[in-house]
Amino acid sequence: MTDALCDLTGGELATKIAGGEISATEVVESSLERIEAVDDEIHAFLTRTPEVALERAAELDAHRGTGAPQHAVAGIPLALKDVLATMGIRTTCGSLILENYLPPYESTAWARLSGHGGVLAGKTNCDEFAMGSSNENSAYGPVRNPWDLERVPGGSSGGSAAAVAAGEVVWALGTDTGGSVRQPASLCGVVGLKPTYGLVSRYGLIAFASSLDTVGTLTRSVRDAAVMLGAIAGKDHRDATSLDEDVPDYLAGLEGGVDGLRVGVVAEAFGEGVEPAVRDSVRASVDRLADLGASVGEATLPHAEYTLSAYYLIAPSEASSNLARYDGVRYGFRAEGGTDSIDMMFRTRGEGFGPEVKRRIMLGTYALSAGYYDAYYGQAQKVRTLIIRDYEKAFADFDVLVSPTSPTTAFRLGEKVDDPMAMYLNDIFTIPANLAGVPAISVPCGLDDASLPIGLQLTAPVLGEQVLFRAAHALERDLGLVLRPPVLAGV
Amino acid sequence: MAEWETVIGLECHVELNTRTKMFCACHNEFGAEPNTLTCPVCLGHPGSLPVPNREAITRIVKVGVALGSEIAPHSLFHRKNYFYPDMPKNYQISQYDLPVCVGGHLDVELPDGSTKRVGITRVHMEEDTGKTSHGSASGRIHEAESALIDYNRAGVPLVECVSEPDMRAPEEAAAYLRELRGLLDSLEVSDVRMEEGSLRCDANVSVRAAGTDALGVKVEIKNMNSVRSLERALTFEVDRQLAALEAGEPLVQETRHWDEDSGTTKTMRSKEEAFDYRYFPEPDIPALEPEEAWIEEIRRGLPELPRARRTRYAEELGLKAEVARVLVADRAATSLFEETVALGAEPAPSANWITQDLAGLRKEAVVADAAAEPTVGPRHIADLVALVADGTLSGAGAKRALEEAFRSGAAIADIVENRGLRQVSDAGELGAVVDRVLAENEDAAEKFRAGNESVIGFLVGQVMKASGGSANPTLAQELLRERLSR
Ligand SMILES: [Zn+2]
Repeated sequence: MTDALCDLTGGELATKIAGGEISATEVVESSLERIEAVDDEIHAFLTRTPEVALERAAELDAHRGTGAPQHAVAGIPLALKDVLATMGIRTTCGSLILENYLPPYESTAWARLSGHGGVLAGKTNCDEFAMGSSNENSAYGPVRNPWDLERVPGGSSGGSAAAVAAGEVVWALGTDTGGSVRQPASLCGVVGLKPTYGLVSRYGLIAFASSLDTVGTLTRSVRDAAVMLGAIAGKDHRDATSLDEDVPDYLAGLEGGVDGLRVGVVAEAFGEGVEPAVRDSVRASVDRLADLGASVGEATLPHAEYTLSAYYLIAPSEASSNLARYDGVRYGFRAEGGTDSIDMMFRTRGEGFGPEVKRRIMLGTYALSAGYYDAYYGQAQKVRTLIIRDYEKAFADFDVLVSPTSPTTAFRLGEKVDDPMAMYLNDIFTIPANLAGVPAISVPCGLDDASLPIGLQLTAPVLGEQVLFRAAHALERDLGLVLRPPVLAGV
Repeated sequence: MAEWETVIGLECHVELNTRTKMFCACHNEFGAEPNTLTCPVCLGHPGSLPVPNREAITRIVKVGVALGSEIAPHSLFHRKNYFYPDMPKNYQISQYDLPVCVGGHLDVELPDGSTKRVGITRVHMEEDTGKTSHGSASGRIHEAESALIDYNRAGVPLVECVSEPDMRAPEEAAAYLRELRGLLDSLEVSDVRMEEGSLRCDANVSVRAAGTDALGVKVEIKNMNSVRSLERALTFEVDRQLAALEAGEPLVQETRHWDEDSGTTKTMRSKEEAFDYRYFPEPDIPALEPEEAWIEEIRRGLPELPRARRTRYAEELGLKAEVARVLVADRAATSLFEETVALGAEPAPSANWITQDLAGLRKEAVVADAAAEPTVGPRHIADLVALVADGTLSGAGAKRALEEAFRSGAAIADIVENRGLRQVSDAGELGAVVDRVLAENEDAAEKFRAGNESVIGFLVGQVMKASGGSANPTLAQELLRERLSR
């Protein structure tokens, strides 16, 4: 069986398109065919945009005929997690409360990709308002993992990860608040990048927890992640928290290797709860890095044990406020039968939000209440400061830190839905990077006995994306994994 | 009967007249068609983000510097969470424990001419909400069938200025509000129009036994739409509280609504019903950390403030205290006065013309809804003052000239010529008019001759009238007396 165009990486496709070997239309058609073939099973997409995609591809082909240079993302089909605003294209956040919401503006990340010639194939399924680790909290039904349709793809960017893994698109954007790009990347066998907080504009990222939210990428190679980040990063005057930093050429040092790189293995990330296959695979990968010339040592994040407690106070607190705007007054779903405007707002929220979202809104509302603020939100912010210091200390000794991305490989649908704590533990290794604002990437490092992908996480200091890419690329090249999920056997 | 002391503090909300809103690029203007000045940010669309308006921050720093506040080297926006349909995000971006301006004071001129220093607790920055109007056949809110919301005002920059509970009478509170309004007006940071809501005021009022330090039960009053209604509401509320205390009835901490028509306050909500706003730091906006040099630049650029200006007008220009107060309370009048004096005009009569006759004409025009661009400039006033001083115009003639200038904008000299307003100081010319008036008013002439001196005023008036205001009144009286004593 030969690869279809949509199974190639963005880098490979860009070369072929630039060389006139293939057209954007051919690539986009390949992607749309794949979506037709597999997405009824996978359910990665909530909204498909084939007409828009083909029209855009035709424009790009016409434009290329003029000989003008095109960006590396031009003509390549992509997907956006349905929490990124797309003007005039339904954006639901996986929630009933935004069932028919058509944003009147574009998110900055998408506007930049679009400006460079990126082609939107559709909007991907996710946990409602990005709250979840299995994609089972989507109001529109779960996404299934292309590696095993009875298993979850991870979450909350499960649709984006699954779509990239199954070749439905070449790459996709997700969002990462506590691991929502990296954990599904790990469970679906793709590369997931969470950049430094503020490096990519949050304008148009429909907020879950503003101080933690980042726009991230899901790709089938580290190189593609570097290309995507280069296309979306940089100061945006519409986001006051976006960093005023020059965007480097992320491809420049990509082949630099890991000789002399100081790699810290996070001691706390190999204990109880980590599946043996995951532990062994990550350890083996660390050995490969050492063989490639990296100096490996043990790093420690002593306050990591408070990670979940701090995160589940800060994120729900911010969410309780961010999600207050969904009241049926100006846009989105409005419940029938309200006796007055306040009653209408209550009914709309009661009917429009799912159980996990309600749980977190209540948690956050409680944590911010008079008399509890200091004990909960205030205390959690102190822990956050301690975790930032942990990283600062660790990065004094190491260039990058290594851990598993997720303690487990993909679990079965329904396995953890009734046990929120078990579900929350999925993000134990990914959350610290969000609390500290540092960049991290998940790269596939092997398969377990059930042929399910395992992800390795690399973390770097603030704005350390280049070293992250260099290390991840070296490992990727060395491992040379061929990752073709079984769902593609039939296509 | 015990001696009671009233304790009042004010919280004033000031809409800044920046070109754009607080957190988006929408125009900030009053009176546009509903919902025409909106965008995803000020409508609270999912994914939109607030970006602070630098000009608004500059203006609040200006206010703080003028009030002698400390400009915080580190201040934060907080979210104030509560549900209301005219608040697009269901939280208001405001400030909490780290406002831009901390402390300060305002020296207030009281009605008796003395000055009182009122402490300022804090001045902070926030955003305004939209406006709801309820539609119902009866016009009553609780019978409304629909609620219409205009979001043009949503996100307009709002400065909240909180005073210390330093005022001891409703008149003092009214004087404070006037002083604050004048200060903000002189800084040109706001339109400060209470009737349009660009200046709004809530009051905290309590009563305690005189000589004690502990505060009494605090009542907050809302919905005062003018300085006068503030004073009325406070007077009512103080009386209500005193009556309760005298009768031994307990007072409760609550928020009360001032009803202008009935002249009473009514319970809105008790302390138990008070909102828990769940304040927390606004994660979408970094801390404000203004540089000292920038604050100094603002300090150096401050205009002369009303209090200093009043003192200078009284002490250096010889204006009466009351005239100086009225003049300085109005920014347009003040600048007209400054320009007039700069042309070399005598300050005191210039100020009188501006604060009395011209102000009267403007008021009439506003009432008649005929307010237009100002037609009277400094040259008009200066000419008027000069022509009165050299006897060319009588007071009445000058008044007519000003009215004409107000209507047409024509130069005073032209008006005087064209309307024949030149004061007649020629005894021959005026004598004929005097004779005619005496002939037409034989009764009055008889009364005078019979010893009724006061009739002379009436006769002078008749001469002025007959001359079309051009008679020199002093000469007219001389001629009348001369003829009547023959
Ligand atoms: Zn706006």
